[in-house]
Amino acid sequence: MAKMSRLRRQEALTGYLFIMPWLLGFLIFTAGPMLFSLFASFTNYDITSQMRWVGIDNYRRLFFDDQFFWISLGNTAFYAVFAVPLSIAVGLTIAVLLNQKIPGQRVFRTIFFLPKVLTGVAVLLLWLWVFNPDFGPINTFLRSIGIKYPPFWFGDPSWAKPALIIMSMWGAAGGYIIYLAGLQGIPKELYEAANLDGASPMQQFFKITVPMMSPTIYFKLITGISAALQFWEAALIMSEGGKGGPSYSTLFYGLYMWQTAFGDYKMGYASAMAWILLFITLAITLVQNHFSRRWVYYEGEAKE
Amino acid sequence: MTTDNLPIATTRRGGTGSRFIDRVGKFMAFVLLVIISALILFPALWMLSTALKPDVQVYANPPIWIPSPIKWENFVQAWTLAPFTRYTINTTLYTAAVIVGTLLSCSLAAYGFAKLRFPGRNILFTILLSTMMIPGMVTMIPQYILFSKLGWVGSYLPLIVPSYFAGAFFTFLLRQFYLGIPNELSEAARVDGANDLWIWWKVMVPLSKPALATVAIFTFEGTWDSYVGPLLYLNSDKLYTLQVGLQFFRTASEVQWQYLMAASILVMLPVIIIFFAFQKYFVEGAAIGSGVKG
Repeated sequence: MAKMSRLRRQEALTGYLFIMPWLLGFLIFTAGPMLFSLFASFTNYDITSQMRWVGIDNYRRLFFDDQFFWISLGNTAFYAVFAVPLSIAVGLTIAVLLNQKIPGQRVFRTIFFLPKVLTGVAVLLLWLWVFNPDFGPINTFLRSIGIKYPPFWFGDPSWAKPALIIMSMWGAAGGYIIYLAGLQGIPKELYEAANLDGASPMQQFFKITVPMMSPTIYFKLITGISAALQFWEAALIMSEGGKGGPSYSTLFYGLYMWQTAFGDYKMGYASAMAWILLFITLAITLVQNHFSRRWVYYEGEAKE
Repeated sequence: MTTDNLPIATTRRGGTGSRFIDRVGKFMAFVLLVIISALILFPALWMLSTALKPDVQVYANPPIWIPSPIKWENFVQAWTLAPFTRYTINTTLYTAAVIVGTLLSCSLAAYGFAKLRFPGRNILFTILLSTMMIPGMVTMIPQYILFSKLGWVGSYLPLIVPSYFAGAFFTFLLRQFYLGIPNELSEAARVDGANDLWIWWKVMVPLSKPALATVAIFTFEGTWDSYVGPLLYLNSDKLYTLQVGLQFFRTASEVQWQYLMAASILVMLPVIIIFFAFQKYFVEGAAIGSGVKG
């Protein structure tokens, strides 16, 4: 028995040694920084001068005195509300189309995956050029179909966000992969039975495909919203000097936080913004988790 | 002809009618797929077209899709307008260092979580999972303060060192893979007197090559394309990566789109080549990756 426990102890020690890279990384780069950031959010920290405790002043100013806080939150909410459901629709539509036996399937799959490969600054600059109001192909096309004054896109406060959403739909096309995997797992008998009952393709889609895919859709919803709340890097690259576009129309929450922290070095204030973002993310996740019980269907789960 | 057949088809008694509907459906799906493909390819083709244009044709209205003459020398020109050779060397070394760190640390930690028993393992693993939900901005500000206090700003250390401390997502991914490897293999090695480090290196690592390849490719793509980190920590032209260089190349002078597009293609080229060479791992990784992370 004593020997056994010595072996156990040795295994435990080895286990800790193996996970040490993660454990240290967690303490040094995640947990420690987060505690520091929580503390800093109650101070006027600016790196150079002495830290001074200001209580909840940063939070109070954000909520009551800072219009940019609300503008950036509104922009981010706008982006999330449109981009997330649309990207799920795009990915699911492509997957449904590809799930049929169609000639050239492999070619299509490669093409649709391309947006996942073409990423980085280069692609964002490309979109600036595609949306160029004077020489870009989009406006040329719009003019050719009789629209005399096509939008200025990234130069127009009311079109800058839609342009970014169109751009991210392009990227969302590559998301079909995960839905395709899910679709192939749906038993064929379900559709055969529905066919016999005379259900239309639309009915089949909403009564079979969507419920069977609901865990995947739910998952994409959670992660998609979390990612949308952090959408700002594209706006940093695409708006001149990262100032948030015309009339602050692309001043997203993350971009405003970036400027506050690394433009103005108001680290305490920016930390307060970071924690508000963390709470918003958590709150949305919890709310979704609550409502998911009504519509997410897990196989093997007793229901009705 | 078509309208004649449709009412029969909607009765859905099988037979020719429903097969016809099926074929119409497939044809419509095919047409839709072609349209979507065109929409996806069009920005990429526009990029290529612009990159090959003589400057007068760049600002032609209506736009010219096929440049004449085709200016291949735009690529050379673009490369020499900014110190891209240095940027490429910087980016390559940086990316290689991050890939090595990620593979080593994540597979070690994944082995620990998958194959060894120790008190608190489940709690620690739950913590690992929950850290994936933390927005990057929350840790970015204090990490910057940490690195600036250490005097690391203006070097590659803040960009490389954290990758040697097992990021949560790839550790999770590799652990899932290791769980699927039967314990008998490592037990046999253990009976022969092998220790866990040996088992990890000689049994787990060779068996998990496909999973490691996926991690390596995704790390490559993510690091090669990263912009905000290098922008934040690198503060001289000597150190810049391709992504930072590309963005400055755009803002520093009057934009010459043909050169900017040519440079953009060159910057993306390694990722494109690796994609076509290792497509399988890319697609598999994306399926696992988006299945867990989005």
